[in-house]
Amino acid sequence: MLELDGITRVVGAHIHISDVSLKLERGTLNVLLGPTLSGKTSLMRLMAGLDKPTHGRLTFDGVDVTGVPPQKRDIAMVFQQFINYPTMTVYENIASPMRVAGADRKTIDDAVQNAAELMKLTPYLQRTPLNLSGGQQQRCALARAIVKNAGLVLLDEPLANLDYKLREELRAELPRIFAEAGTIFVYATTEPSEALLLGGNTATLSEGRITQFGKTIDVFRQPRDLITAQTFSDPPLNTIAMRKMGTSFQIEGGFDFTVPPHFGSIADGAYVIGFQPHHLSLTRASAPSAAIKATVTAMEITGSESFVHLRYADARWVMLTPGVHDFDVDAQIEVFLDPQLLLVFDSQGRSVTNAHPSAAQEALHGTN
Amino acid sequence: MDRNWNNKAWFLVLPMLVLVAFSAIIPLMTVVNYSVQDTFGNNQFFWAGLEWFEEVLHSNRFWQALGRNLIFSGIILAIEVPLGILIALNMPKKGVGVAVCLVLMSLPLLIPWNVVGTIWQVFGRVDIGLLGYALASLGIDYNYVQDPFDAWVTVVLMDVWHWTSLVVLLCYAGLVSIPDAYYQAAKIDGASRWSVFRFIQLPKMQRVLLIAVLLRFMDSFMIYTEPFVVTGGGPGNSTTFLSIDLVKIAIGQFDLGPAAAMSLIYFLIVLLMSWVFYTVMTNLGQGDQR
Repeated sequence: MLELDGITRVVGAHIHISDVSLKLERGTLNVLLGPTLSGKTSLMRLMAGLDKPTHGRLTFDGVDVTGVPPQKRDIAMVFQQFINYPTMTVYENIASPMRVAGADRKTIDDAVQNAAELMKLTPYLQRTPLNLSGGQQQRCALARAIVKNAGLVLLDEPLANLDYKLREELRAELPRIFAEAGTIFVYATTEPSEALLLGGNTATLSEGRITQFGKTIDVFRQPRDLITAQTFSDPPLNTIAMRKMGTSFQIEGGFDFTVPPHFGSIADGAYVIGFQPHHLSLTRASAPSAAIKATVTAMEITGSESFVHLRYADARWVMLTPGVHDFDVDAQIEVFLDPQLLLVFDSQGRSVTNAHPSAAQEALHGTN
Repeated sequence: MDRNWNNKAWFLVLPMLVLVAFSAIIPLMTVVNYSVQDTFGNNQFFWAGLEWFEEVLHSNRFWQALGRNLIFSGIILAIEVPLGILIALNMPKKGVGVAVCLVLMSLPLLIPWNVVGTIWQVFGRVDIGLLGYALASLGIDYNYVQDPFDAWVTVVLMDVWHWTSLVVLLCYAGLVSIPDAYYQAAKIDGASRWSVFRFIQLPKMQRVLLIAVLLRFMDSFMIYTEPFVVTGGGPGNSTTFLSIDLVKIAIGQFDLGPAAAMSLIYFLIVLLMSWVFYTVMTNLGQGDQR
C-alpha cells in the first residue's frame, strides 16, 4: 500500500501540491484526473521520488520512503512522450530494467518475450525504437514498465500523444494487463471519459489539491463539490444559480422546479445547480421535467449525436442529444430537464446532494 | 505521367543561377582555365594539358604539406570534439549561469582569424608574452619560432582555444533539446552516469556532432591565417600547410598553373573527406535518423 500523508510541495512562491493525503491499495488502478497544470505530473513525480515533498510523508507497505531516490524504490514509470533508449533494439530496451537489476539471461529472455507478446511487439524486437510507429514506441515503453514488475507503476498520460484508434485499443488492453500484475497503478489523464473507461478509483485534482478520491463511478455520480463535478465533466458541467423557497427551486431567468423529495430537507437560500449535458433533452422524459426556452448559439454534430450549445439567461450550456439535429443559430428551442438528476451545491460549492446519497443514487439509477 | 512543362518557370530560377554562377561557378572555371595552361605576364597563354596536375602530384612538397594537414585535422578533431562534449555536458541547464556560459563560450568565435593569430603570437613570445614568459621562467624551453614541436603546440592550442566553443555550442543545443523525461526514466531505471551519456545523450547529440565534425574538419583542413600570422609556415616548413604553400606558389612565385592545379586537387580532397565523414557518421547511427 502506498500512503501519502499530508504531502505538500512548494517551489519558490508556487504551491505545486497542497496537503495531499491518499491511500492506494495493491492491485488497484488509480486515476488522477484533472486539467493541465492541476498537479497530476507533480504528484506523480513525488510518488516516484523524482522530487522531494516540502512537507509530508510517503510510506510504501509501511516503510517510510520519503527521501529515498527513485532507483532504490520499487517503481516503473511511463511518460507522455515516448521514452526509449534510441540506439538499443526494442529487445534491449525491454530488457534494460532487468539487466540493471542483474537478472540471468534466461529469466530476461522469458520476461521480454512475454511482455513483447502482450504488447504485440514480437515482430519488432530487433528494430530500434525510432523505426517504429508512435503506438509501437509507447507499447515498447509500456513493456519496459511491465517487465520491471514493480510495486508501483506510474503512467503519466501515456496515451495522450497517440492517435484516436490506437488510444482506444491500448486503453482497452491496459486494465487487463495491469489487473494480472497485482501492483499499484496510477494513471494520470485529463479526460473524464478515459477515467470512466478505465474504472478503478479516481482522485480528482484541482490546483494541486485532491478534491475527491473514491471509486471512479461514485466520484462521477456523487461529486462532493462543484469543482470535482466540473473536473469530471466533458463537455463542461452546465450550471446556473438557483434559490430554494419552500417547495420550489426558483431558477434565475424564470422557471421553477418542484423540489425533488431527496432535497426536501435542505434549507431555503441560494444554491447552484449543475447537470450533465446529456441530462438535457428535446422531449419530456418524465413528468416532473421542466420545459426551458433557450437560444441556440452553436451546433456540433458527431454523426450519431449532436452537441447543441445553448444560452439561457446569462448561462451557457451544452446539450448532448442523440441523433443529428439541425437547429439554426439564434433559434429558440424548448429543452427539458428532470429535477431528479440535478446536482445541487451550496454557496461554498459543497454538494448537498450527498446528504441523501441513497435517494440521489436511486433517482440516477431510475432514469439512466 | 503527362506534365505540362512551363518554360517560364526558368525565369524564376534565373536570379539564383546568376548569383551562383558569379559566386561559385565562374571563379571555379577561371581556376580550371589556369590549371590547364601556362600563363605568362602579358596575358599570353599556352596549352599545358594535365602537365601541372602531374607536377603537383609528383612533388614531395605537396605530399608533405598534405600530410601535415591530415595530422593537424586529426589532432584538432581528437581534442576539440571530446573536449567540446565534456564542456557542454558540464554547462548549467538553467539559471543565470546559462547566459554567462554562452557569452563566454561565444567570445573566441567572435574574434577574427588574424587577430587570434596576433594574440597568440604575442601571448607565446618568450620575452614579453604571458605564456612564453611563464613557461620560460618555469624552466621549460619553449620557443615557437625555433622549435617545430613548439610551433605545432602553439598552432594547435590556438585552434583549440578559438574553435572548441563551436563544438560546445552545437553539443549544448543538442543536449538541451533532450526532453527531461529521458533523464527521469533513466533515474527510475537506476542507469549510471555513463549509461545516460552512452544511451541517451550521445545518440541524441549525434546529428549536431556530425555537423560539428564536418565543420571542424573542413575549417582545420583549410587552415591558413593563424599559422601564417604566428609562424609564417616555419620554422623551416614545419607548419607549412597546403593553403600556405598554395599562396606561396601562386603569389610568391607567381606560378599560376601549378597553383590552380593544386587548388583543384585541394578542393577535391576536402570534398572527398567531407563525403567520407558524412557517410560514415550517418551510417553509424543507421536507423536513428528519423
